[in-house]
Amino acid sequence: MIGQLGSELLARRLHFVTGKGGVGKSTVAAALALLAASQGKRVLAVEFDAKGDLASAFEHGPVGFDPTPVAPGVHALSMDTEASLREYLRLNLKIPVFGRIGPVAKTFDFLASAAPGIKEILTVGKVCWEVRESIAGRSDWDVVVVDATATGHIVGELDAPRAIQELVQVGMIRSQTDWMVEILSDPAITALHVVTTPEEMPVRETIDLVGRVREQLDVPLGIVVVNRVLPELFTRAEEAQFEALRSGAPLSVLQRALGPRAIDVLDAAELAVNLRRVRAGHLAELRDEIDLPLVYVPYLFGRGSGLRIVRRVETALAEELALA
Amino acid sequence: MTGPLADLLTTKEVLVFCGSGGVGKTSVAASAALAAATRYDAKVLVLTIDPARRLADALGLDGQLGNVERRVPTELLGASGQEPKGELWAAMLDTKQSWDALVLRHAPDSETAYKILENRLYHNITARFVQSHDYIAMERLYELHASGDWDLIVIDTPPTRNAIDFVEAPARMAEFFGGRFIRWLTMPYRVGGRRGARMMTMASKPFYQIADRVLGGELLQDVAEFFLNFQTMQAGFVERANAVEALLRNRRTAFAVVTTMEAAPLHEAEAFMAELRARKFHLGALILNKLLPAVLRDPEVAAVAEAMVERADELAHAVVADSSVHDPVLTAANEASLKRVFASVGTSFANFAMVATREGELRRELGDRTPGVVIEIPELDGEVTDLDALRRIGSYL
Repeated sequence: MIGQLGSELLARRLHFVTGKGGVGKSTVAAALALLAASQGKRVLAVEFDAKGDLASAFEHGPVGFDPTPVAPGVHALSMDTEASLREYLRLNLKIPVFGRIGPVAKTFDFLASAAPGIKEILTVGKVCWEVRESIAGRSDWDVVVVDATATGHIVGELDAPRAIQELVQVGMIRSQTDWMVEILSDPAITALHVVTTPEEMPVRETIDLVGRVREQLDVPLGIVVVNRVLPELFTRAEEAQFEALRSGAPLSVLQRALGPRAIDVLDAAELAVNLRRVRAGHLAELRDEIDLPLVYVPYLFGRGSGLRIVRRVETALAEELALA
Repeated sequence: MTGPLADLLTTKEVLVFCGSGGVGKTSVAASAALAAATRYDAKVLVLTIDPARRLADALGLDGQLGNVERRVPTELLGASGQEPKGELWAAMLDTKQSWDALVLRHAPDSETAYKILENRLYHNITARFVQSHDYIAMERLYELHASGDWDLIVIDTPPTRNAIDFVEAPARMAEFFGGRFIRWLTMPYRVGGRRGARMMTMASKPFYQIADRVLGGELLQDVAEFFLNFQTMQAGFVERANAVEALLRNRRTAFAVVTTMEAAPLHEAEAFMAELRARKFHLGALILNKLLPAVLRDPEVAAVAEAMVERADELAHAVVADSSVHDPVLTAANEASLKRVFASVGTSFANFAMVATREGELRRELGDRTPGVVIEIPELDGEVTDLDALRRIGSYL
């Protein structure tokens, strides 16, 4: 069943990955890109906010608007609205735009901040265009993975083409929103994935987001990746034994064998048990509230960040999606 | 009762808590406010931006609408038997309402104010423009401070892309209004009024031609009209923005940077501290939150944990065979299961020890790049959802 989910998922060409700040969104986006590449896809990974997290997840320095190879089968680009605008004008108006476009770009940037959807259309429009070219067999990519904006702004971002349709009655951009909406709303092409951790705020934001996406957007939801899931330490019976060990005669036996500090080891395990219990509660809430496939990535004790972590997340995703 | 944050809590009038999302900034800010209100005869306000629901409930902010300060009932403040010395109030930031109030205050007349508030671009601009949330948080802070109603205001900052954004927000707002962009954008409209909108100057012509084709002229006209009206508030905004910045730079204000020992938030905290120093803001404290206990870094204990895994068989047998042990879950029938418990406990220790060691390493790397006050708050059992939990955090401040 889940194997089908995996292959069906990677058959889609456009993946948006969102999530609350700090949950590992860029890591999961990078892992998804590697996973697609491992299945023989040619992947374009796009970072929406130019913080450089996606590129550094591949242990690569900052990348620009031109796709740069960052891993076997994966190119990455960092979104840049001015560059996107320049490309747009070059492709659509046949205006050769050399170098910086100075005041035009600045004022566009200005307008972009003011009018709903203008800035977003330059970012979402760019990836939609890449996907359209890919479908038409005119590009180097089979799959586009977007490390998208965080949960707070993703709905506004993906709603841009529709917002433009409402805002702008005439003009070139308006006429191009139709095919963008088509790509974004096609469940055979597009998926919006949410990354979360089993903690209160990320879970709440995920539940809120899924609700808002269903209410306001036509964009098909994909999977929810639950990152940093702590391993279960004990079964229920084992937990009762663990509790019994922590005082009285059993503790004395233990301390006679291992020394007085045995209690510190038991206390540390208690902390782990409590941490997991709280998180399990949030996981349960997530499971109750959301009917999307949940994919679990274990908490990785060994490393904090870097490609090693991305690789391990990729492995976990592959196992969960039965692609390994 | 004092703690490492005592100097700041007693001498400062404004404490700004900042850091990446997910580090527990809101809880730490609320804990500091609670500690101040409990320990000192002070009227303390905590201004939060987006608290977790249960924390909001604990502070009595459930279902709150608008910029209203609410007092946390005295009987909830102190631990049992402890009379709090001061008052704790809490408020949430209502961005929309704050913007509306600002427009009403600065617009030259009610007609202009109305035009701005009704403009279809207004909401969007206030929601996104020049870090509008950051600006409005700082603006609201200024207003509360200027009211003279509070001994101490503790503010939790909005989650920003970069923590430095919000300290720059007032300056950016002033720059925005004083800048040439608006003048340039609205020029054809100012020269000839709306009817003359098509008579463009040479400077703006190419832009308008392109924008017309791409966006349609109507949108452009709306935007320009909006900015024309918005510009009437320039003097008020600039003056205010300067006053807000002056407050942030004042010695009565201090910043506390909150982070966990994870790579990304820590990196951001370091960058933020450097920025604060470079801009001559007063960095009061660095708060390292959710630290794993030091015992996890103790090699002696690690050796015991290792022995527990290696000698799990022997230990399980020793426990069930001991004549002083009578617990029904620790009988010979449970020996195999007990062996797994020892293996799990020892392995879990090793796992968390690895994380704790990394934390310790990062802590050392911070070295002297930290402010005078560095506070370490351990990872607490359970979540920060009530005043008791805030008190526990407060006991480290």
